[in-house]
Amino acid sequence: MQVPAPFEYERATSVEHALDLLARLGPDARLLAGGHSLLPMMKLRLATPEHLVDIDALAEELGYIREEGGEVRIGAMTRHRAILESELLGRRLAIFTDAERVIADPVVRNRGTIGGALCQADPAEDLSAVCAAVDAHVVIRGQGGERVVGMREFHRGAYETAVDDGEMVTEIRVALHAEAGSAYEKVERRVGDWAVAAAGAAVRLEGGAIAQAGIALAAVGSEVTSPDAEQALVGNAPSEELFEEAGRLAAAATDPVTDQRGSAEYKRHVAGELTRRALRRATARALREES
Amino acid sequence: MQVTVSVNGEEHARDVEPRLLLVHFLRDELGKTGTHWGCDTSNCGTCVVLMDGEPVKSCTLLTATAAGHEITTVEGLERDGVLDPVQQGFHEEHGLQCGFCTPGMMLTARALLNENPDPTDGEIREAISGQICRCTGYATIVRSIRWAAEHPAEAAEEVAG
Repeated sequence: MQVPAPFEYERATSVEHALDLLARLGPDARLLAGGHSLLPMMKLRLATPEHLVDIDALAEELGYIREEGGEVRIGAMTRHRAILESELLGRRLAIFTDAERVIADPVVRNRGTIGGALCQADPAEDLSAVCAAVDAHVVIRGQGGERVVGMREFHRGAYETAVDDGEMVTEIRVALHAEAGSAYEKVERRVGDWAVAAAGAAVRLEGGAIAQAGIALAAVGSEVTSPDAEQALVGNAPSEELFEEAGRLAAAATDPVTDQRGSAEYKRHVAGELTRRALRRATARALREES
Repeated sequence: MQVTVSVNGEEHARDVEPRLLLVHFLRDELGKTGTHWGCDTSNCGTCVVLMDGEPVKSCTLLTATAAGHEITTVEGLERDGVLDPVQQGFHEEHGLQCGFCTPGMMLTARALLNENPDPTDGEIREAISGQICRCTGYATIVRSIRWAAEHPAEAAEEVAG
């Protein structure tokens, strides 16, 4: 039987209350959102917090997807299912919809949250790659106030983020652009398994050329983004040759490990190919050739 | 800690450890062994129950968290001796062999039909894709859920609305 080690339990009823509890309980306290990353880690004793602050009751306060000030704002307690079913994201940021179709399974998606996923920062976790590809910004709140950090600063490597003790993620913001498109591609062995490899791409076009590009990979090393591939894209007109080159650069920068999901060589190949496919779809969406 | 959990419309107050998972609360504290305990890793889905009408894996949910919600287990499907159409469907179409995955499959089916009374086979397969039948009897499970869709009963609407 797998059960977590003993802990003290607190239930927060508002963001302020959660922050008060975190401040009072100190660094051995962890927030429990949907629980589908943290509880499995606790069962394996990979996480042994002394105090859990359950923020289940914040699902309403922090559960929303809305357009505001040229951005899409997603509350940290928004569940995977709500992201999958969001008409706004499907229309403007389809990379989220692509990814959510293949994140875990429908039952897990009823509980897991975007804030929980980002804070877990598992190298094989999809939403970190999605948010990095679209250059999302993360709102982190502490008792002293709020700060907003870009995904590239937020994600510090495997299981490490910019969130300090006594802080919590409250919102994810993604800027909306005209002539922009995004897509996510993933290879998994079966529903609910971690990715063999996955790639997210976002492009913004201007005068027929790529003005801005985001490439982020999952499950092929602790680095999420691919700056070399992004630089190769910017300033050039989209083409199959260009996508192939970006895929090659993205694959070259990966650091996958050989395991039961495949050899490092295979995963590197898949990462390159998925980068190419994601770029193809992202560009077609930017050009409104594909929804 | 003291918790009160509402299961199948009935409140149950118990003194439990904070780390007690809902699946063990249901089975060991309440004796509701219809909810099965399988992989422990939120993969197999045999422990699925409905929380506020949505399927969730009770091996990955603290009892303390569940305390704020309405839980429905397989014991809550039948009403006054009348089987839920989903249960009847599993009977009519031989939707079970060993029966281990059945409670979770039936609850997910009930939630699906509440939202989408006439699902396609593809939608049914997607809905149960987080649950494993190790007898590999998926074809008959899909047929059972289709049977339930084609034979809705008034009683079904009352379950976990």
